[in-house]
Amino acid sequence: MLRYTLKRLLSLLISLAIASLVIFATIEVAPGDPAFFMLGINAQEDTLAALRVELGLDKSKPQRYWAWITGMIHGDFGTSYQYRTPISGMISARLWVSLPLALYALVISVLIAFPVGIYAATKRGKKGDLIVMGATQFGLAIPNFWFAMMLVLIFAINLRWFSAGGFTSWDKGVFSALKSLTLPALALALPQAAILARVMRSALLDVLSEDFIRTARAKGLSRRQTLQYHGLRNAMIPVLTILGLQLSFLLAGGIIIEQVFYLPGLGRLIFQSISARDLIVVESVTMLLVFAVIIINFIIDLAYAIVDPRLRARS
Amino acid sequence: MNKSLFTGILLSALIMLAAIVSFAWTPFDHTSLNIPNKLQAPNGTHWLGTDHFGRDMFSMIMVGARTSITVAFVAVGIGLGLGVPLGLWATARQGGWTDEIIMRGNDLIFAFPSLVIAILITAVFGPGAVNAIIAIGIFNIPVFARVTRGGALQLWTREFILAARVAGKGAIRISIEHILPNLANLLIVQATIQFSLGILAEAALSYVGLGAQPPTPSWGRMLADAQTLVSIAPHMALVPGFSIILTVLGLNLLGDGLRDLLDPKLQQVQK
Repeated sequence: MLRYTLKRLLSLLISLAIASLVIFATIEVAPGDPAFFMLGINAQEDTLAALRVELGLDKSKPQRYWAWITGMIHGDFGTSYQYRTPISGMISARLWVSLPLALYALVISVLIAFPVGIYAATKRGKKGDLIVMGATQFGLAIPNFWFAMMLVLIFAINLRWFSAGGFTSWDKGVFSALKSLTLPALALALPQAAILARVMRSALLDVLSEDFIRTARAKGLSRRQTLQYHGLRNAMIPVLTILGLQLSFLLAGGIIIEQVFYLPGLGRLIFQSISARDLIVVESVTMLLVFAVIIINFIIDLAYAIVDPRLRARS
Repeated sequence: MNKSLFTGILLSALIMLAAIVSFAWTPFDHTSLNIPNKLQAPNGTHWLGTDHFGRDMFSMIMVGARTSITVAFVAVGIGLGLGVPLGLWATARQGGWTDEIIMRGNDLIFAFPSLVIAILITAVFGPGAVNAIIAIGIFNIPVFARVTRGGALQLWTREFILAARVAGKGAIRISIEHILPNLANLLIVQATIQFSLGILAEAALSYVGLGAQPPTPSWGRMLADAQTLVSIAPHMALVPGFSIILTVLGLNLLGDGLRDLLDPKLQQVQK
């Protein structure tokens, strides 16, 4: 287990190093001088030069990369060109929107997909299964931002159950904050639930065709008990994989949904910074998202090894 | 022919037809503004209604199909063109350091949140169809490399490959002459799936304004335009939305159908 963990940890570090290099390089080749952008076309040459020194733009590229990386490790994400405030402050406020949104969506996705997937697997080939599979085909094809617009049209504009956008801060009560995240989370979750339900179904069908299921039935367990004690537990490995992928997808996919609902999350921060050419914010927020995704994958890899001892032995 | 394959072919062919016909004919000029006729619901003259500038939605959908298909198609081409050779190369050098580097590189791209990076690329290099293609295409490379390697690994253990080696063929010739043709089915199915994902990705990028730029119509941007008007003109959101759904649905069904058709093993254990 230790060897496996160390090996994974090493590849985690390499991934992070390369990812940060790629992001840094991409931002570096972006046209435009941040100092010029901040001061406008009437700026004096000496003021520009002074600002470049202040922002650290006069240093060499490796120096700046190193400063950026070491800063981030210490929780310093740099200073926004546009607002002149530390980016870490801007991020932490928005993280309280984006992270709960992703988790909320994940919970909804699981709550829908598990029962539906299990139901379809137990009704294999029958009418119920066919209906579920047809519905999930549609779910796979729906762009989540379009679905979000439809939810707004139905539940916000016509029924007036929810507000069409915006976020009620957590200070005003957990309930109202969750309420303002409900439509966005639903929009994010439903297409993902379709994928998860299909994976659940096929994983369960794989397991149910195994010999030990027949043995379990033969020794007198009911269908329900067999499913519960032998089927589901073994079907969890592929389901866990997809679940991990989905959490990172939900976190990253949230940035589009935040646009639809005007949620003050990381996604909106990215887009606002893009239009303001505040590229250092884009750089740091992107790195944070990539970091989160890579860490999630790492945790999932470890989770496998705990669930499935065979993986430990193989490494 | 099974039902899903039939529906898939039908839907995909319909969209392709719309895109091809749009080169020669559309009911109206998709760029001509006609403000007095704005926000019309679908009717006899404007089959799918008009948008907030009075442009004919049906014509815009037809031309938009062109944008979606082109972007997704070229992005799949990038994935096939680079991913397949990489996968073949990795298998031919199986277990060596080339294999290791290629596959680790693949894992790395896989670990990236594709949407975030695509947004980064288009934001930095400027929005537009070409950059959208590149951003989507990059993430197709590891997919095809992995599929190719997975399929090729099994083929390399087969007797006919051994025979080819005995006959004196080198790894490159074997890869091209014997491995690749046997992977065609697998790759066609994967290409269909990536094609449908490409359509969705293109729609998402142009929805946030980073895809094809005006006046080139794209389904994603039509949805962005519809957003503030959805309560007074729901058709503006419904029409492009259903175009995307039906296209993606069609391609997914086509992929599923082809897989069942091309892989006899799956037909026996149909799940």
